[in-house]
Amino acid sequence: MEQLTQDFLRTKKLPHIWCPGCGNGIVTAALVRAIERAGYNQQDVVIVSGIGCSSRAAGYLNFNTLHTTHGRALAFATGLKMARPELKLFVIMGDGDCSAIGGNHFIHAARRNIDLNAVIINNHIYGMTGGQHSPLTPTGMKATTAPGGTLERPFDLLELARGAGATFGARGNAAQPRQLEQLISRAANHKGFSVVEALSQCPIAYGRRNKLGGAVEMLREMKDKAVSVEKASTMDVDELKDKTLSGVIYSVDAPEFSEEYYRSIGKA
Amino acid sequence: MAETKPVLMQGNEACAEGAISAGVRFYAGYPITPSTEVAELMAAKLPELGGVFIQMEDEIASMAAVIGASIGGMRTLTASSGPGFSLKQENIGYAIMAEIPCVIVNVQRMGPSTGVPTAPAQGDVMQTRWGTHGDHPIIVFSPASVYETFYLTIAAVNLSQKLRQPVIMLLDEVIGHMREKVLIPEAGKLLVEKSSDNVPADWKPYDEKGLTPLVPFGFGHYYHVTGLFHDQYGFPTGDPPQVERALDRIHGKLEKYRDEIVLTNYIGHKEPRVVIIAYGCTVRSARAVVKKAYWQNRLPVGLLSLQTLWPFPDKEVAAIAKQADVIIVPEMNMGQIVGEVERYACGNAEIVPLNRYDGEMISPDQISELLGRWL
Repeated sequence: MEQLTQDFLRTKKLPHIWCPGCGNGIVTAALVRAIERAGYNQQDVVIVSGIGCSSRAAGYLNFNTLHTTHGRALAFATGLKMARPELKLFVIMGDGDCSAIGGNHFIHAARRNIDLNAVIINNHIYGMTGGQHSPLTPTGMKATTAPGGTLERPFDLLELARGAGATFGARGNAAQPRQLEQLISRAANHKGFSVVEALSQCPIAYGRRNKLGGAVEMLREMKDKAVSVEKASTMDVDELKDKTLSGVIYSVDAPEFSEEYYRSIGKA
Repeated sequence: MAETKPVLMQGNEACAEGAISAGVRFYAGYPITPSTEVAELMAAKLPELGGVFIQMEDEIASMAAVIGASIGGMRTLTASSGPGFSLKQENIGYAIMAEIPCVIVNVQRMGPSTGVPTAPAQGDVMQTRWGTHGDHPIIVFSPASVYETFYLTIAAVNLSQKLRQPVIMLLDEVIGHMREKVLIPEAGKLLVEKSSDNVPADWKPYDEKGLTPLVPFGFGHYYHVTGLFHDQYGFPTGDPPQVERALDRIHGKLEKYRDEIVLTNYIGHKEPRVVIIAYGCTVRSARAVVKKAYWQNRLPVGLLSLQTLWPFPDKEVAAIAKQADVIIVPEMNMGQIVGEVERYACGNAEIVPLNRYDGEMISPDQISELLGRWL
């Protein structure tokens, strides 16, 4: 894989704070490549993030970057997008950040269909605080706050977003970074609220406790489980059991909120 | 300043009109009694002006959206009341830390909790000071009339921009819903401080040398904004000297401009024996008392009204305490600002609280009766 454009990285801020084996760097690199691929001007791109391991990505990217409060990244981004609709906003969140404390903002950003590109790094765990279960932790998996395995059922994040009105939903994973880059790139080109769920590994706070092995084993399992949308259409229910759909799950056209707003006031 | 066009309006309307006059073009909010009229007026007016009105999914999101829009370069306002104001606190702290200008209106209602939503009270004075966590600076204005609401909102927007500091407009239900005459200045006659468009090449968002204007996102200055302690470029730091310097910086700017921020007004006898210190709607009852006692009967009585509650008018209170024997502090709460008065009076005057917390205003008679004990 070719080198990342140094212009888009704050190389002086490296090394990053993430643990050995963490998938956040892979997803961040895919995001940077997708921004390159989209051909945006550097000054038009804004990275917004919440709180948690994944949200620290903003600090390493050489754009205008906004590291907000826990769960509120999409609400900050909504204000900024409405004030400056010409800017291209990428919103990086973790699974807890986006779907627990930020769940309300997530469904309402989807409902408005505001042109924000949400990239959710889903490692199924709260990593920064040391391994608590999130709304995306699969039932039965262990966490410090679910020592016997969580009894709760997880959200299907993309279906949640679709139900709330999101017009683009895709899933990729850290084991297939090239595909992930393409998915983020397609999300960027989509007008409206887009959601890219990037499955990622947390060997330290999740893998170790659940005996999933190290980063390599976790990535291998991620890759083995992933089935593209195209391939899945040829498989039956039994074959799809324990598989994870990857690719663009849905993409539909609908009026975009900031554009509709400015049109309604005669400024578009 | 030439003032024309007397208009009859509500305090909440004056707040919205003042904000618009000061260049506010972005409003994000959530419905709550008794502040909803601010949102309704903004929803009606901002689109015509090319601005943005957005009703968010909750109070937390409203505060977040306002900060986001400010970073985009717009002048912003949000309004709420007790319960909603509580929800905004975390993001208010963020705006203080990240030095993002914005104005937050809290039209107080009777609390705690859901309380009496339609009853007036002044119970949020300490919440405006210490509502968000950590050792933070804050500016709070408390108007006593519709007219003052209009002008203090303009001052709030200007100061917020100049100091890159959130400013709170603390109204009470009486001021918010009362209708009074306001003289709206002609267009162009208001002092609206322009944001600087002179950005030096070596601009830093949190320059160690002092206050710098906020350069909005999207103009090629690639800085970082975070609620973490940060260096002069905005990047996170846990380095003790830098942490201390950053906290000194956000407090220092308020100290430096203290005399522009702290606004008070004294009426009454030049050598008063009894002084009333009041703010918000309570000023009105106190003024009625002083009118009768001093202007009619020449008794040694005065009123120090506080337009600024935080930073607290320490020097002004200390000075008046040296003159007066007794200071009466009427408040529609169980005693909040009275503690500050005591602190700065330094034992130079007897401090007498007068509290009412039944959802009704303090009447002039209540104050007069108390006043009678010393005159």
